[in-house]
Amino acid sequence: MREFGYQRVFDVPGAVALLGTDPEARFLGGGTNLVDLMKAGVERPALLVDVTELPLGRIEATADGGLRIGATVTNSDLAADPQVRRHYPALAQAVLAGASGQLRNMATIGGNLLQRTRCGYFADLTKPCNKRVPGSGCPAIEGEHHNHAILGASEHCVAVHPSDMGVALTAFDAVVSYETADGPGELPLAEFYLPVGDTPHLETALPSGALITGITLPPNPVAAVSRYRKVRERASYAFAIGSIAAALDVRDGLVREVRLAFGAVASRPWRAREAERLLTGGPASAEAFAAAADAELAAAETLPHNAYKVTLMRNLVVAVLTELTEEATR
Amino acid sequence: MAQSTSSVITLNVNGEKRTLPVDHRTTLLDALRERLDLTGTKKGCDQGQCGACTVLIDGRRAVSCLQLAVAAEGREITTIEGLADGDQLHPVQQAFLDLDGFQCGYCTPGQICSALAVIEEHAAGWPSAATTDVRPEAGVPPLTADEIRERMSGNLCRCGAYVSIVQAVARAAGVETAQAAPALPQQGRTEEGTAA
Repeated sequence: MREFGYQRVFDVPGAVALLGTDPEARFLGGGTNLVDLMKAGVERPALLVDVTELPLGRIEATADGGLRIGATVTNSDLAADPQVRRHYPALAQAVLAGASGQLRNMATIGGNLLQRTRCGYFADLTKPCNKRVPGSGCPAIEGEHHNHAILGASEHCVAVHPSDMGVALTAFDAVVSYETADGPGELPLAEFYLPVGDTPHLETALPSGALITGITLPPNPVAAVSRYRKVRERASYAFAIGSIAAALDVRDGLVREVRLAFGAVASRPWRAREAERLLTGGPASAEAFAAAADAELAAAETLPHNAYKVTLMRNLVVAVLTELTEEATR
Repeated sequence: MAQSTSSVITLNVNGEKRTLPVDHRTTLLDALRERLDLTGTKKGCDQGQCGACTVLIDGRRAVSCLQLAVAAEGREITTIEGLADGDQLHPVQQAFLDLDGFQCGYCTPGQICSALAVIEEHAAGWPSAATTDVRPEAGVPPLTADEIRERMSGNLCRCGAYVSIVQAVARAAGVETAQAAPALPQQGRTEEGTAA
C-alpha cells in the first residue's frame, strides 16, 4: 500500500478546502470499500480526509413530509430508523440485505453511493480493466461474467453497481446533495451515475472535489407499501445477482401508482420506467406484471453466462408485485 | 505541502489508554495484534469478509481489518480480552464454552464480540434481513434461530460449528434454546437401515 497523509475534519467547508481538487486525495468514511481497494492497490491515495466526524449524522423529517439523511449516517442507523422503516420500508430492507452487521456499522450512506463495482477484474491489478485503466480492455466480456450487466452496458464495460441501498433510493426518486468550493449542489439519483459508453472510468456526475453531504427522499405516496427482494448465491452476506425495489398502490384491481427499480443488472441502480408506465392504470395481475417486466427487459443484452438474469428479474417483478398487491388490498 | 504519513496516536483499548506511533497504513487489527500484544483478535481474510477480527468500537461491532488505526483514535475499543471481569467470563463467553460454540477456536473471539453486539442490537429493536415486517409498529421480532443466523452471518466458521454457535447466542440472549435450535435429524439406524 502506498504511504498516505491523514487528516480528520470537523466542518464541511474545511473538508472541501482540504481535499481541493487533488486527484490523489480521497474522503474517508467507513472505509469498508476504500481501505479494501487500497490494500489491493486499486486505490492509491496520497491523502485521506476523514469525514466521519462531520456534523452530517442525522436523519430528519423535511417540511414537505420527506426525509433528509446526512451523508455520514451509517447503514445500521439508516436501517434502524423508525421513520425510514415506517415510510420507506423497502429502503430499510435494502440496507439490511447488504453486507454484514459489522460492515453496516462502519459504512456511511455517502460512501455507499460511491462504492465501486465488485467485478473481479476491476480489483485484480494483473488483469486489464477499462474502469481501472482506461483503454486496457474488458476481460469480463469473454471471461467471468455470470454476475455482470444485462442493461445499459457497453462493449467497454459490463460491470454492475453493487449497492442494495441505491436501488431503493432510485425507486423513491432520491436527490443527492453535495458541497464544493464553489458552493452547494444537488443531483437526482437518476442523473447521479453516468452512462457507461466508452468512459466506464467516469462513474458519477459529481463535480471534482465534491463532498456528498446528504440524501433527500421526497414524500412518496406509495413508498409505505414497498418491498426489497434480493437474490444471491447464498442466504446471507453476499452481493445480489438480481434485486428489486418495488412500491405499489392498488385500488379496485387497478394499479394507481407503482415504483420499480432493479439492482445487479446495470452499472447503476436501474429504474424500470417503461414497466412503471405500462403498469400504471392497468390491471394488477400476474399477466400484466409479466408483460411489464418483459417490456422493460426487452432492451437486455446478455452474455453467455448472465442470460439467466432476464428470467430472474421477470420472476422477481411478478413475485414482488403480486405480494405487494395482496398487502395493498388487505 | 507534503503530508506526514505517520502519527502518534492514543488508542483507548479495553479502558486503557495506549499511545503509539503508527504508519497511517496500519489497520486497527495490526495495531492490536502486532503493537499492543492483544492477539485475541484474529486475522482471517484481512478484507472484511470473514469477521474473525471483529471488535467493538464505541460499543458497536466492526471489522478491525478495514479500520485504520489512526482513524480509531478517540474511540472506545473493546476486544475479546476486555470482556471478562477477572476470572468471571462474560455471559456470552460462558455460553460458547458451555455449549461448545467452537471447534478450533480461531473464529471464536470474533464470533463472541459479534454475538454480544447482536444481542444488544436486538434489544435495541433493530430489525434484520430475516425480519418479515420491518415497520416499527410490527415490534421487535423474537430472536429465532433464523434471526440469529442472519445477524451472525458476518462471522464465518470454517469448522462449521454453526449449530452450537446459534445455541450459544440464544442461551446468552436468554432465548429458549429449543426455539432457537431446531431438533437435529435423527442420527444412526432407522427401520430402513442407516440414515443418510
